[in-house]
Formats: sequence, structure tokens, C-alpha cells
Amino acid sequence: MKNRELVIVGGGPAGMAAALAARAAGVEDVLLLERDQHLGGILNQCIHPGFGLHHFKEELTGPEYADRFVRLVKEDHKIEVSLRSFAVKLTTDREISFLRPGALEEVKARAVILATGCRERTREMIPIPGSRPAGIYPAGLAQKMVNMEGWIPGKEAVIVGSGDIGLIMARRMALEGVSVKAVVEIQKTSRGLVRNVGQCLEDFGIPLYFQHRISAIHGSGRVEKVDVVRVDDECKDIPGSGFEITCDTVLVSVGLIPENELLEMAGAELDRRTNTPVAEGVNLTSLPGVFACGNACKVYDLADSVTRDSELAGKMAAQYLLGGRAA
Amino acid sequence: MGYDVIIVGAGITGAAIARELSRYKLRTLVLEKEAEPAFGVSKSNSGIIHAGTQNPPTSLKGWLCVEGNRLMREEIASDLGLNFVQCGQLIVVFGPSDIPELEKIKAEGEQLGVKGLEIVDRAWLDKNEPNLGPEVKAALYVPSTGLISPYRFVYALIENAVKNGAELKTSRKVVAVRAGEQGGFEVVAGGEVFRSRFLVNAAGLYADDISALAGAPTFKIIPRKGEEYLLDKAREHIANHVIFPLPSGSSKGILIIKTSDGNPMIGPTAHDVQDKADLSTTEEGLREVLAGARRMIPSISKSDIIAYFCGLRPVSGKDFIIRHEDSCPGLVNVAGIQSPGLTSAPAIAVMVCDILKKHGLELEPKEEFHRLRPRPVHLFQVPPEETRRLIEKNPAYGDIVCRCELVSAQEVRDSIKRGARTLDGVKFRTRAQAGRCHGGFCTTRIMKIMQEELGVPATALTKRGPGSELIKEERK
Repeated sequence: MKNRELVIVGGGPAGMAAALAARAAGVEDVLLLERDQHLGGILNQCIHPGFGLHHFKEELTGPEYADRFVRLVKEDHKIEVSLRSFAVKLTTDREISFLRPGALEEVKARAVILATGCRERTREMIPIPGSRPAGIYPAGLAQKMVNMEGWIPGKEAVIVGSGDIGLIMARRMALEGVSVKAVVEIQKTSRGLVRNVGQCLEDFGIPLYFQHRISAIHGSGRVEKVDVVRVDDECKDIPGSGFEITCDTVLVSVGLIPENELLEMAGAELDRRTNTPVAEGVNLTSLPGVFACGNACKVYDLADSVTRDSELAGKMAAQYLLGGRAA
Repeated sequence: MGYDVIIVGAGITGAAIARELSRYKLRTLVLEKEAEPAFGVSKSNSGIIHAGTQNPPTSLKGWLCVEGNRLMREEIASDLGLNFVQCGQLIVVFGPSDIPELEKIKAEGEQLGVKGLEIVDRAWLDKNEPNLGPEVKAALYVPSTGLISPYRFVYALIENAVKNGAELKTSRKVVAVRAGEQGGFEVVAGGEVFRSRFLVNAAGLYADDISALAGAPTFKIIPRKGEEYLLDKAREHIANHVIFPLPSGSSKGILIIKTSDGNPMIGPTAHDVQDKADLSTTEEGLREVLAGARRMIPSISKSDIIAYFCGLRPVSGKDFIIRHEDSCPGLVNVAGIQSPGLTSAPAIAVMVCDILKKHGLELEPKEEFHRLRPRPVHLFQVPPEETRRLIEKNPAYGDIVCRCELVSAQEVRDSIKRGARTLDGVKFRTRAQAGRCHGGFCTTRIMKIMQEELGVPATALTKRGPGSELIKEERK
């Protein structure tokens, strides 16, 4: 088993910012594990603008924002990037096992930063009853299909939940000529950024139904329609308020869950409701020498804020490793 | 004449019969209306290999279940490379007044030949099943109950049958059955006519239709709907046994089911319905399942649920129908195969061979029958050293596609080589997309591998066959 100073799991905005900050603070050996074949994480599929307004004081797309960090990481020869590398195990003593094409590797790190991001909550977690045809996708998966593969999931879509990914995908689908028939939100207000409600829905004439929910999905092979019902302030159905929307696609944008299965495996304490680490402050976990940053630590609205806090995580790890010697 | 035997239906029953017949020098054809085997009733099976209890001691299904359980433990699991887990079962009661009922189940089980049955008290339960709620007072412990992946059981049987010379044709819905000019049958399916001496009807929910098409409208199948809810793998150790309440008139009740893949499952409901295509889940069903499961293990929460599905049991009366139809010589009906059909299937297959033999089919054993099927690689089942060896031999086992269930690109490719043609087919064989993210991360990657392996455009890929296309358009 090889010894390493700092191992960072996840090469998205959080992992890259943490790696660069740890280096700037004097850490001489960083291993950055990324499961995909590129650095950048989810930013690669976020081709819309709106990134960087805080951090760079200019407006960038997701891939442009990521690229600024990717360049710096690649230039730094003391950051070893291991792509297509999937961490399968973390122990309390900071031993990490990861798989990559051709090898199962094991390393022992003096410090670990988990920058593993989030997964999307799914239709199954709400849960929406009805049948299980093709055409029901988490909004982020649909974003990957459209932006990374050029795959248009359907012709008529209904979007469940008004989180930012849902709003952005409503616009994205409309731009691709898909008829976006409704965004259905059970709460009284949008969970997304105010600017996104305006830019993504109002500008495209997409109806947003507050205090409504999808009560069933219908269809055998492919989605055929959804039942929508209005709810009261206690989220209870209002009798007689139901109506149908025909559609072939349902995109689900009902929140994100931090991916902290590695941390859990290592025996750290997690909040059962939010799946975030239970710790004394931001970026910390209940295990010494194990840090968590970015969306694995808490769900952020802006990539810029992820960068800011993840840089702090890099510094904190350097402080842990070097004590007074940290720059 | 074309085939000796045509089997209609590639669910667990048809697959087991095909494999049993493939021991003999026969031409056997399996016709399946869906895009892949196991896509009908079998795909929503609970995966329990029942011991044989909770069946009347005089019933056909009772002794077939006991025999099927023995075959699984002693031969089939090891021969076919299946991950059979003999975890045992508890039938729990909530009051001392129910203990005589447990004693009755025990006595009936013993009459059927179920071994090792024992009534256990609360102290035993506290030690061996600590998450049980305070309402549970005692239980019947049934050691021979176990778990298996229902669809992988079907795939193993059908792959082995095909290896031994049986033919499988999917997307072939039988639309007509005629008497052959020189006896036997002419079966019309998918625009082709297939001829055979014998016809075995294992068509699940549609067995009544097939029997009627063949000229023997002797029974009706009533679908009995069951909703099941899968819990996160983090709850894997919530129970050590499959846990049952006392059976009701129409079902074995709401159960807590370990699965061979780790995720516990709760359910199923049991309600007779009219529509053979109604696979919808309902809010009432969820409430019923949660209430039933929580009475046994109160810590189960709605937020543990990561997936749900619905199945229809093909019910025709109280027992299985396995018989030659004398009004239609050559037709063997294997119908009404509800629970414990999965467990019974290998024993049913032996029985069907006997019936065919009795009605004139010569069963001459092959010189070489390939009894063994290599166990497919599932990284989630193997220890790290084995994983290392696999990856060093084939780097693609280290290329992880599905992060939730630890499935590699090579396993996805293997599954397609073994017959997967749809996204669900890949899921059932590999578990990719079956975890907590529900395919959010891996779906596009799997679709790209399917494109490569199958040589089709993304627009041709489906979830479970024609009509369930995954995307509408590809733009480059």
C-alpha cells in the first residue's frame, strides 16, 4: 500500500479548488481521483451561462468555469490526477481502495478530502404512484443526454419540481423544440434562483403551477400523461382540482442528496435526513484528517460558493498535515 | 414436423421446462411475446425460495414447493452459478392466541416434509432478529427458506437450455394455434408458423387465452396485484430472515424480504384486478405495505424506499393447474402458477416431462448434457482479491459504470453478449441502475455500450421493448 499526503476524491469544482488551495498552502503531494474520463464533474454538462460572477467577476458557462481550474490542476505536477478512478472503500485510518481500468489500487493517505458531490432525488423518493414507462428521467440525467450526447428525450415534457436544474432544463428543452407543458411545484414558491424563474420559464412562456403535485404517471411503453392535482397549505390534495396533461416525458427535479457513502463506510456520523456529515463546522467530518467539501458537505446554489468553501477545505487539510508549516 | 415441443412463455415456468427438456434428444422451441425472458410475471417476483410451509398438505403446490426447494439447495444453485442465500424465514405472531395457528402451520409443513421447523419465543427473537417490534410475541422458524434473484434464475435456466440446444424466440406473441394437418399444432407467432407435436402452455397471465386458442377454454386467470417497495442498501441488515405475518386467505401477507442483492424489500399487497396490464403502484398500496412492515419492524421508514414496482400473480383457483388437456391431445397446461411458483418451477418442469412422456413423448437422454453454467461475474459479490485478479485479467472490470451497485463496463458488455437487448434487461442481469440513484449517473453510459455492442442507433434503444424507446431524436 502506497503512502500519500492528501487524497481528494472527486475532480469537480470542489475537488479541483481544494487541490489547488492545498498546494498553495504547501502540501507537496496530492492525488486527485476522478471517476469520469475528464475533470470538471457536473459542470461539463452545464452549458448555460451564470457561472463565475462572484469568483471571476465575469459570466462563464459551466465548461468554461471548469476549464479555468482544469488548466491550473494540469500545470501542477505535484497534483497527480487519476481519471476513470472509482473509490470503493474508505477506512477510519484513511486507507482508500479505488478501481480503475486495469487495476485495484490501495493507498494510505495522511489526509482525505471528499468532494464527491450529489446525486439527484428521484421519482421513487417522492414517491409518485402510477406506472413505470420509459421517459421519466431525473432532470440532471436529461441534461446530460441533451448537452453531452445530443439526445432529445421526448417531444412533450412536464417537469416536476422547480429546482434550478428543473428550471434550466425547461429552457433547454424549449430551445431544442420540445413542448414544455408545465413545471409543477408542490410548494408556494420556487426552490430555484429567482433569476432562473424569469429567464427559464417566463421568457419562454412555460406555465409554472405552484401548490400542485403530480398524483400519477400513466403509460405502458412510454409516458402518455400525468395527473395533476392542486394542494392546500398542508400539501393535502384539494378535491375536484385534478386535471391531466398529456406528455411523453417527465423530468424530475426535486432536490439533491450529498453522496457520502464513502464517509459512512469509514464510520463517520451522517445526518440521516440530509445525508451530510455531522461535524463542528464547514468542511469537517467526525473523523480526524477526513474533510468533505462542495456539495458533499452541503448543497450549494452556486458553483462560485463551492469554489470559495472548497479552497478553505484545501487550506484546512494543509493545516492538518503541516501544522504551523502551512503557508 | 418442426419441433417436438413448443413452450409458450419464457418466464420462470417456461424456462425451467425448457431446461429440463434440453436433457433429452428433442427439438424444443420457446416462444416469448416480450423482448426478453422474465419480462412478464417473473420480473416482479419477490425472489423467495419458499420452504413449502403455508400450503395445504394435500395441495399440488405444497409438495412441488418442497421438492423445488430441495432441488435449489442440492443441485440447481451450484449447477447454474446462482447466488442462492439460505437465510431462513420467520412467521411472526402478535399475540399468544395466534400460537395455535403457528402450530397448525408447523404440523402441515411437517406433513409436506419441511424439515427443522421450530416455534421460537421472544428471547430467541431478541437474539436472532433484534429489530422486531414489541408487538411480536413468537414466531415459527423455517430454516430452509432462502433468496435468489428471480430474473437471474430465469436467465440462467434459459441460457443453459439454449446451450443444450433449445431454441428461444422473443418478441413472438402467439396469436393463433391450429391443429396440424398430420396431428400436433401449428402455432402462429410474430408472422411465422411453427409446428410441433406437443404444446406446453406456460403463458402466465395469458395462459387462459393460449389454452382457449388451442381449443381448451377450461380455466380463467384472474390477476392478483402485488405492490413491492425496495429499500436502500444501507438498510441491508434490517432483518436476518425473511419475515412473514400469519397468512391471510388470499396471500402470505405483507412481508419483510431480504433480497439476494442486499436491498430489503417490503410488500406485496394482494388485490384481485381485472386488467392484465395494470402494473401501477398506488398511494393506498404504499400505505398498506408500510403499515404491515412497520408492525413487524417499526424502524422502517418511508424515506428508506428507493424503488417500487408492481406485479400480477396469475391466479386460477387455489392450486396450480398442471395437466394434459384430454380435450386437446398434446396440450399441457401449466397455469395459475402464483406463489410459490418460482420455488416450484424446477419440480414443475420434472412433472411436465413426466406428463409429456405419459402422452407419448420419448425422453431419450443426450449423450452430453451441459449441466453446469459458469457463474457470471458480479463485482458486488466478489471479495477484493478476486476483483483484483479479474481486473488484471481484463482491465474493463475496473471501469465502473454503475457507482451505486458497483457494476463495471465489462459486466454490462457480458450481459448484452448473454442476451440483454433492453435497458431493463441490462438492469436485471447486472444491477446497473438498480441502486439508489436509479440510473441518474449510468444510464447514458449503458446506452452507449448497448449502441456499440448491438450496433444500433440510440433512438432504437428501449427500456423494455418496442414502444418504450428511451429517446425521441438524436442530434449531432
